[in-house]
Amino acid sequence: MAKPDIDDRFKKFGTVSFTSITKTNDFIDYLEKDQVMATKCKDCGETFFPPRADCYKCLSSNIEWVEVKGKGKLVSFSKLQYGPIGFEEDLPYSIALLNYGDYQVFGRIAKDVSEADIKIGMEMKTVANKLPNGQLNYVFTKA
Amino acid sequence: MGNVAIIGVGQSTFSRQYPGSIRELAFDAFSEAMKDAQITTKDIDGSVICSSPEYDKQRSPSSLVAEYLGLIPIPTFYVETLCSSSSTGLKLAYSLIESGLHDMIAIVGVQKMSEISSKESQERMGRGADIQWESPFGTMMPAYYAMHAQAYLDKYDAELDDLAKVRVKSATYGQLNEKAYYRKPVALEDFTTEGSKMADPVSSPLRVGDCCANADGSSCVIVASEEKAKSFCKKPIWVLGIGAGLASVNMTGRESLTSLSAAEVAAEQAYKMAGVGPKDIDVAEVHDCFTIAEVMAYENLGFAEKGGAKELIRGKETYKEGSIPVNVDGGLLSKGHPIGATGGSQIRTIVLQLRDEAGQMQVKDPQIGLVHNIGGVGVYGNVTILGREQRG
Ligand SMILES: [Zn+2]
Repeated sequence: MAKPDIDDRFKKFGTVSFTSITKTNDFIDYLEKDQVMATKCKDCGETFFPPRADCYKCLSSNIEWVEVKGKGKLVSFSKLQYGPIGFEEDLPYSIALLNYGDYQVFGRIAKDVSEADIKIGMEMKTVANKLPNGQLNYVFTKA
Repeated sequence: MGNVAIIGVGQSTFSRQYPGSIRELAFDAFSEAMKDAQITTKDIDGSVICSSPEYDKQRSPSSLVAEYLGLIPIPTFYVETLCSSSSTGLKLAYSLIESGLHDMIAIVGVQKMSEISSKESQERMGRGADIQWESPFGTMMPAYYAMHAQAYLDKYDAELDDLAKVRVKSATYGQLNEKAYYRKPVALEDFTTEGSKMADPVSSPLRVGDCCANADGSSCVIVASEEKAKSFCKKPIWVLGIGAGLASVNMTGRESLTSLSAAEVAAEQAYKMAGVGPKDIDVAEVHDCFTIAEVMAYENLGFAEKGGAKELIRGKETYKEGSIPVNVDGGLLSKGHPIGATGGSQIRTIVLQLRDEAGQMQVKDPQIGLVHNIGGVGVYGNVTILGREQRG
């Protein structure tokens, strides 16, 4: 008897993925198509990033995908000189938080943004990114 | 409502590599607290074991630790809120006694971080974050606090030197604390001298000197009901207020990175329960896992207005002789940070202060003390207020 297929698409997320099975696996398919997506509750209209399969505000699971579009403001950032196991090849890299108003996005700043140009409050956008090891993530670039 | 008192405290020496097992490490703090309280295991009717299990090889370590301490057959409860596990343990023990279910409880915090390699330990630290949406970017504890530091320095025009001054103060007292791991002096210049270890960048803007070190260590706090405390103890220290709060793990859920909301929530509850305010606190222990954490704590506890922490540290107001002495045992920055044991160590320091038994670190005649203990990057906020006198 064939085993049922396990949908573990999320294992493609990030330099090292720590979990592979989630109801938000479609996020990976959108990333493959260069789209960074949030989810939105169809019942109460709340938008979520990171994407959620369920709305804690109205307890609905009636969710749709919406694109993270436009510009966010840089809330803060930090450039790491040391990383966890599996991230050695990426060092140094900067993690950051962008505020889009309705939601915030946590991620990395693109390698080609020079450190001198990074200022808290600056506008940036979120773009899908392919990593050298074939994995996928998204990065922040200058708006 | 009755009252709950602390009748005994103990702590192991904090070190980089404890030469024994986890249960043996727990024994060091437990035996010291039992002798301090002048009780035997027969007097205790429950234990709360606090640690962060990802550092343990033993599954369900609470039972084995309790067994080694001779706490069979009384029940044990296992508590985990990362770095604030033993403050949460105190809150659980307080509730068990207030409910009338128990009379006297030993809260044992223990962490042998060297049970796993330093690199493995860093990887686990990263997994203290949201493993689905944050950890795949390669995050670590210092980087998250560094984001808070970056935002704080930017918003309030504070300087990197203000952060370094927190470490200089910590080292002043770490040298006096024989249970601390780091006991050498640190000068402000060490943060700007090229080639100096303290100045080595970790995660901008934080440098090595801004970060505490992992350590192996244990702590023990013994609490008792009012009746038991009065019959067993000459100098009981009373739990006047306990507050706890929670913030989102994922940074996307944070309204601000210049403050820890869980600490503010916990402080408000603890002050209200104790019927006191920030001005009534004579001595405090705050969670200085990173220098920026102590700076934010001054403000989250109401010792300074938002943005005003830099004036406190510049004016040496948080030194032993200042208006609000903070971490005069060297804090986590000097003692080291054995996750599950840290809160109990902070509580022990305040208990010794309130009993006038803190030796060279003693603050003059304190009546009310405060412990601020944070789990994760501002995720679990815990504030405990202790006093020489019972609540009125
Ligand atoms: Zn909804």
